[in-house]
Amino acid sequence: MRFKLKKTYMEDLKLFPYKADMAWYGLLLMTLLLFPLVAGHYWIYNLTLAGIYCIVSLGLNILTGSTGQISLGHAAFFAIGAYAVGYLTTILGWSYWIALPLAGVAAAVSGLMVAVPALRLSGLYLAIATMGFGFIVEQVIVQWKGVTGGANGLLINRPSIGSWHLTSDNSYYYLVIAMVAIFVLLTKNLTRSPAGRAFVAVRDSEVAAQTMGVPLARVKVQAFVVSAFYTGIAGGLFAPLINFVGPDNFTIVESINFIVMIIVGGLGSVHGSIFGAVFITLLSEFIRISKDLIPAFLREQVGFQTAVYGLVLMLFILFEPMGIYGRWLKLKYLFQVFPLYRKDTFRRVRRFQRSERTR
Amino acid sequence: MVLLEIQDVEKQFGGLTALSGVSLEVEKGEAHAIIGPNGAGKSTLFNCINGIYPVDGGKIRFKGKEITGLAPHKIPKLGIARTFQNVELFRNATVLNNILLGRYMHKRTHLLSETLFLPSVKKQELAARRKVEEIVDFLDLQAYRERIVAELPFGIQKSVELARALALEPELLLLDEPSSGLNPEETQDFCFWIEDIKEELGITILLVEHDMRVVTEVAERTTALDFGSVIADGKTEEVRRHPEVIRAFLGEEG
Repeated sequence: MRFKLKKTYMEDLKLFPYKADMAWYGLLLMTLLLFPLVAGHYWIYNLTLAGIYCIVSLGLNILTGSTGQISLGHAAFFAIGAYAVGYLTTILGWSYWIALPLAGVAAAVSGLMVAVPALRLSGLYLAIATMGFGFIVEQVIVQWKGVTGGANGLLINRPSIGSWHLTSDNSYYYLVIAMVAIFVLLTKNLTRSPAGRAFVAVRDSEVAAQTMGVPLARVKVQAFVVSAFYTGIAGGLFAPLINFVGPDNFTIVESINFIVMIIVGGLGSVHGSIFGAVFITLLSEFIRISKDLIPAFLREQVGFQTAVYGLVLMLFILFEPMGIYGRWLKLKYLFQVFPLYRKDTFRRVRRFQRSERTR
Repeated sequence: MVLLEIQDVEKQFGGLTALSGVSLEVEKGEAHAIIGPNGAGKSTLFNCINGIYPVDGGKIRFKGKEITGLAPHKIPKLGIARTFQNVELFRNATVLNNILLGRYMHKRTHLLSETLFLPSVKKQELAARRKVEEIVDFLDLQAYRERIVAELPFGIQKSVELARALALEPELLLLDEPSSGLNPEETQDFCFWIEDIKEELGITILLVEHDMRVVTEVAERTTALDFGSVIADGKTEEVRRHPEVIRAFLGEEG
């Protein structure tokens, strides 16, 4: 059994509470860095894509998982990031390294524009409002030809640092891995500081949050802006990866994919965001690979992949609402308390004590 | 000195009058109880003080300054904390994080510095953690620091909620039925804590309570409400024997 004796308050703030954690994450990082030596382009490309989705799901998890504000419009922020990079680098000829932060800022500003009118909405109504925003952005992309290239889209080159061009899949993979690491750190910082606690407070009890001095409207808007910023940066990384942006990449299906990622991975946790993004990206590849094994009448159906996502989502909500991360925690707990683990340790107990809410 | 002054507060829900012309004064350093049968408007009065319900008339003053109509999140900044009748905790967070949120309004950092976790944030967090530890000690919550609130027994949840309110370092603490749902031992603990909060921390307490034993034990003054109006106000002993109060609680004598 593992027990941590804490001697200073600093130990509550540490990113890695156990020394062993540091070793494991170091090992993970080493594996990721050495991965291109053994893997082919196909897997490197998919892992890069998974990394980009990790940033999106980290961002969406702040908004939906931590703050409890559902968004079905994140593909729009993703699109804004991608097009910002496309417009600034391809049409205006700016450096990618200026365009990328601006992509995040552009998405954050549009997040602000969605958040302020959406403040009075919650639950299903917020979902519909954000979905509407997604459709508006989709239309704007097609119509605003001077900036977005309309239906033809924009071609985008991969960036370079000085004379070093990140045109190869490997070098771009390293860029994305570095960005994921940075955003994981930022998210961790958020969760251990007052801002992150305020997000959770707003999700769990708006009344109590207010009586503790949390300005509800402001915190919700912050969550939207931060989330949109993450997604915008991810969009800015996505466009050069596929060397192209077009309106087809940013539909409502993409927004739903993002939601599936965080629910399957685990709501409100950094691990969950990563697990979910990697799982869903690899799942779509797995479906593609195993198409030959699926009977023709099934695989030729329109939306077969979406149906599989839906099935996965339903199974997770039914059997493991805490997502892959929940399963992971249970496994870890089993090892931590090794001989004492019981089958019913995590059985959900139904409780009837529910507070009346003053809404 | 009068800390909280409530003057002719009115509150209607549709056609229903929840509070009609309620006035009371809470002296600094005292424990003041509000009693009354179900539906008398006790919790409504709390929600009005907190700004959760806008009042329809009358004035509420805190330390001589009018607070009627202030946004709910501005009230705690003036020094008013509260607990709820059926605990309103952040159920999926740990006990520590719940209490740490009580320090939220004391924070001096902003979103950007927190995202980067600058040294100023670190310093502030350590200070907050130290303060929280004092309260954890005070309320004997050491065994539950890392536990998720949702899985704790109701009595402990109530203590956590009290701890969170104390972390604000308020001048006035509003307790909405602190003893409801507690067993006799826990109720006794709560009485002692209320005494300690008053004596040691110097916090003024306004509490809504049904249990007359608790009221007699902790409160110097009592206000009795019935159907949204004050029927008696004064020293607890006097209010307890007031014929109107006895009528409201026990009904008309045969």
